[in-house]
Amino acid sequence: MPAATLALPTMLADNAGMAADEAHRAIEAVFRIERARLIAALARSTRDVDRAEELAQDALLTALTEWPESGVPDKPGAWLLATAKRRAIDGFRRDMMRTRKHAEIVRDLDGAHDMSAETIEAALDNELGDELLGLIFAACHPVISPEARAALTLRLVGGLTTEEIARAFLSNEATIAQRIVRAKRAIAKAGVAFAVPRGGELAARLGSVLEVVYLIFNEGYSATAGPSLVRPPLCAEAQRLGRILAALMPEEPEVLGLLALMEIQASRLAARTGPDGGFVPLTEQNRARWDQLLIRRGLNALDRAEALGGADGPYVLQAALGACHARARRSRDTDWVRIAALYDRLEQVMPSPVVELNRAVAHSMAFGPEAGLRLVDGIADAAALRNYAPLPAARGDFLFRAGRLAEAGEAFAAAAVLAGNDRERDYLLTRATLCADGS
Amino acid sequence: MRVMVFVKATDDSERGLPPTEEMTGMFEAMGKFNEELVHAGVMIDGDGLKPSSAGKRIAFDGASRTVIDGPFAEARELVAGYWVWEVKDMDEAVAWAKRCPNPMPGPSELEIRPFYEMEDFGEAVTPEIAEREQRLRDQLAGD
Repeated sequence: MPAATLALPTMLADNAGMAADEAHRAIEAVFRIERARLIAALARSTRDVDRAEELAQDALLTALTEWPESGVPDKPGAWLLATAKRRAIDGFRRDMMRTRKHAEIVRDLDGAHDMSAETIEAALDNELGDELLGLIFAACHPVISPEARAALTLRLVGGLTTEEIARAFLSNEATIAQRIVRAKRAIAKAGVAFAVPRGGELAARLGSVLEVVYLIFNEGYSATAGPSLVRPPLCAEAQRLGRILAALMPEEPEVLGLLALMEIQASRLAARTGPDGGFVPLTEQNRARWDQLLIRRGLNALDRAEALGGADGPYVLQAALGACHARARRSRDTDWVRIAALYDRLEQVMPSPVVELNRAVAHSMAFGPEAGLRLVDGIADAAALRNYAPLPAARGDFLFRAGRLAEAGEAFAAAAVLAGNDRERDYLLTRATLCADGS
Repeated sequence: MRVMVFVKATDDSERGLPPTEEMTGMFEAMGKFNEELVHAGVMIDGDGLKPSSAGKRIAFDGASRTVIDGPFAEARELVAGYWVWEVKDMDEAVAWAKRCPNPMPGPSELEIRPFYEMEDFGEAVTPEIAEREQRLRDQLAGD
């Protein structure tokens, strides 16, 4: 009996603790929704990403203290921004306006602006999309290396922690943290504006943004290292970025092309790995497991990109290639002649040995293994493909289909040595063994 | 994670209310909310459904199939619309749902249900694979 009596106050305390914990989680969820836009607005006015992150974090702490009492405000985004801006002004004033720059920033932040949440909310509706885009363009600036751009974008726009990014890239926290610090320093040093570039600069800078988003996607889609073939959370993050970009730049065909490409590729995620975690090639996948919702979204985005006159853009062409597979109910219904033609065009606008190799595969499917062999032999000496497993793997496949089993087995074995992924290696070794058994 | 958000039906939605001024305001607010969802990359899909008077049910019992015409009773058990959202977790889904303008005149309800994900069919990730991944991470932590 005494034990039960004693337990009662503890239980009550636990319940109160759980309620507080739940309230905090709810507030943190609201904050996560607002975080990227908040940092974008703060980075633009303070011209300092670190400071913007700090101010956003401070605003969260204030919310965690005040909201449990006052309730979540009607316009939480505007509330957080107003709080952070007030804090920024206080901070700069404490700095005694030592420099002209700070004085200017205070004027920007304060000046004629009405700091009420309603006014900020109205401004948010007009500008925040633009500010968020500005942040994405800054994080993906070409002065930063592509890997660092990806890390910084995941941190600032995706809201991932350093630890989450490290896990995603199979790296360690210290490396990623350093990468992010360097990236921020590069932005500051180059005086990168947190704004969407205009005119001719836009095209080049947009290319850099799309490259980063696709790099993040690919890191999740075809893990370049490690035992597991796909890391779907990275794909989801890249798709979210793609969807944001498509919503904010609905007139850019290549943005829609990249989104279409990612949605269509992601539609196959579940079918790409077999029950044993092994790699399942496109033609052997169970198409019933393709995500029809993502396929529909991908085809829609592709239609919009083509309607905007973007049919010859590299991402749009790649999406069109994916769409050929997505539209085929059965593997044998695949329109390989159209795929071969699309690769012919892609090879014109985005020439690369990898595209050449895929073009060879497409031609082999459309016009027979000999057509593939002819094309693949033309690029066998390309330096970029010297240690590229898919080249001997494709060659092996052409030879196998041409009935030249002994040569095919050798090619598969050579490909297995080069494979960077355990799962792919197992697949190639199995094919090599089958050739040896058959010849 | 992917969730489906159901907009539960009410007596009003089951009646298929004619467009009134109040409804126009509601549609506007909902349009703005949808735009916010799209801009955040959260909305994947969504639509409204006609009242259950336009629907049919097929009842299964062994070999028998019985078609039952709508309308169906218990408005609260019915669905008037849905969204598919891609969110990080249920907390985020709840935070978005709370921002939704009242979907119906009068009291109403949203229900959030997570989809099954690949991880839920986790037999593909054997302890051996998980262990190898951890070992690789430990190795990389040394660089």
